[in-house]
Amino acid sequence: MNPGRVPALLVFGWGNRSRGDDALGPLCVERLRETVPVGVDVEFLDDYQLQVEHALDLAGRRRILFVDASVGCAGPFEATSLQPARDASFTTHALSPQALMQVFSDLHRMPPPPCTLLAIRGERFELGEPPGVSALANLDAACRWAGTWLRRP
Amino acid sequence: MNSALETAAHPAGLRRVAIDPVSRVEGHGKVTLLLDEHNRVQQARLHIVEFRGFEKFIEGRPYWEVPVMVQRLCGICPVSHHLAAAKAFDRVIGAVPVTASADAVRRLMHYGQMLQSHALHFFHLSSPDLLFGFDSEVARRNIVGVAQAYPDIAKKGILLRKYGQEVIRITSGKRVHGTGAVPGGVNKLVSAEERDALKRGLPDMLAWALDAVEIAKQLHAQNPVLYRDFGSFRSNLLSLVRADGGLDFYDGVLRVRDAGGNILFDGVSDQGYRTLIEEEVRSWSYMKFPHLRSLGAEQGWYRVGPLARVQNCDFIPTPRAEAERAAFVAWGQGEPVHATLAYHWARMIEMLHAVEVIAELLDNPALLSGDRLSAGARQGSGVGIIEAPRGTLIHDYDVGDDDLVTRCNLIVSTTHNNQAMNEAVRAVARDYLDGRELTEGLLNHIEVAIRAYDPCLSCATHALGKMPLEVSLLGHDGALLDRLLKSDGELHREMPRGGAPAA
Repeated sequence: MNPGRVPALLVFGWGNRSRGDDALGPLCVERLRETVPVGVDVEFLDDYQLQVEHALDLAGRRRILFVDASVGCAGPFEATSLQPARDASFTTHALSPQALMQVFSDLHRMPPPPCTLLAIRGERFELGEPPGVSALANLDAACRWAGTWLRRP
Repeated sequence: MNSALETAAHPAGLRRVAIDPVSRVEGHGKVTLLLDEHNRVQQARLHIVEFRGFEKFIEGRPYWEVPVMVQRLCGICPVSHHLAAAKAFDRVIGAVPVTASADAVRRLMHYGQMLQSHALHFFHLSSPDLLFGFDSEVARRNIVGVAQAYPDIAKKGILLRKYGQEVIRITSGKRVHGTGAVPGGVNKLVSAEERDALKRGLPDMLAWALDAVEIAKQLHAQNPVLYRDFGSFRSNLLSLVRADGGLDFYDGVLRVRDAGGNILFDGVSDQGYRTLIEEEVRSWSYMKFPHLRSLGAEQGWYRVGPLARVQNCDFIPTPRAEAERAAFVAWGQGEPVHATLAYHWARMIEMLHAVEVIAELLDNPALLSGDRLSAGARQGSGVGIIEAPRGTLIHDYDVGDDDLVTRCNLIVSTTHNNQAMNEAVRAVARDYLDGRELTEGLLNHIEVAIRAYDPCLSCATHALGKMPLEVSLLGHDGALLDRLLKSDGELHREMPRGGAPAA
């Protein structure tokens, strides 16, 4: 990668792979990384949680896809366009994607790139458990949708 | 050393207030207050409401997998678990000491972790309280509010953290789930290009770390009574120190000072920690209560983390941080500083020290070349102790002849501070809440005291929608009298018993 130049697309998933369905975000990133069509200018990142420094990863992108497990969304997944927001997600060391976008705006004094949240329905988050069968089926459907997002011009 | 307010004498007739979960700490914590009819606090407790079962997660695994696997226990300080486990299994395979190159790479990784963790905590978790006030507008009291009002401070915090993360990536091989440390050493060294890239960032990091210490110092100078008295109580202090008494986050011997600053125990080997510490279970919390074995639970509890480390050591072996330690000690006017809010100042001194150590390590040729691994006589057990960002972290394992882990005991930093956090809650409840009507701002005072310890109460499960803040007020018969819910950027209040919604 050239210094100062970042791929036009960013796919960023988060979660703990050892916490049951919490692994859906990183697993989605992993699958997309393995199957990305040749010629798609994209960077794949994953982490345990969204953190403030990830605001720096948003810079210079044309589009961004966030991927996370969700207990609140309808199955198998929901894709939602996001707007920056001063929400109250600062309940732990982690941030929501909307809050991360707001931090980007405040730091750079400009709006963030268009961001979409791919929320994949999960149900069980116990330590040491693998993702559940239904969660993995939701992951399949979500990855198919994300494939079309990657190929979009 | 008392635990007044831990258990009410006559709890049956008291009102219960629950702060559930505590916000801007890692994991699931709940505070309950029992109030009498005059709103006088009769009992205050910090409960840990999630049982983690980490030890069972690890038992039965091959020992060489464990340093990587334990990183998944915690999304906040995975490097600390990674290195503590690697140090324990160094003992198991007889690799003591590890090579100079392995020591340098591991230390660089660890001090990078200290830098990024302390930066996150000060700039983004605590600065909203410290810069805006404990009872300022709740919608503003967060990192986004800081980024709007103080963009330069917020950006420095982000870049300090980013730098620390880059140190971790380079030394561990990956941004997350790194495999840099293995039993007996490390599996990669640092390239000259990687070292040079890190060196280019050092001048800014050093300047910003100095600025951060100055901010913390000024906060104390501007409001000395608050910063001296808020959530303050006396306690023993425990940490690793170097054999010569210097501050060291990676290795050393255990030292304990009493509340007056006198050394109670010194030079205790990490392998013998059980001669010093025992753990107690209490019925109302999943988290154990460690204490000094010889003093018992009543007198033997202690604090760990920045406040303990900066005062437990005899000196800090880097010049700028040592000068700041001297200023910190002078603040105590001959007595140890026991103020809860002084954790923030001590944490920033440690962050400055971390930057200085990183600078020294980047000039160490052992980072770039040398043997990566060593080994010796196989042992059946091993203990690894490290000073994690939040305090002393203990990993203790037995390994069978088949190389599978047969026993695991972890004492994480937040567990060491369990009694201390409860004491802080009680001090704030007594000084600020006693006899007054509860407000969100007053309840945040309790959270401020807990957050000073930067507790990590759980591990990284943060699926969307999992972490609202709920405050419930229950009558002595268990009926819900009031509920305050902070979620999706809004603060909702419900008055289900005859009252109209209030806000």
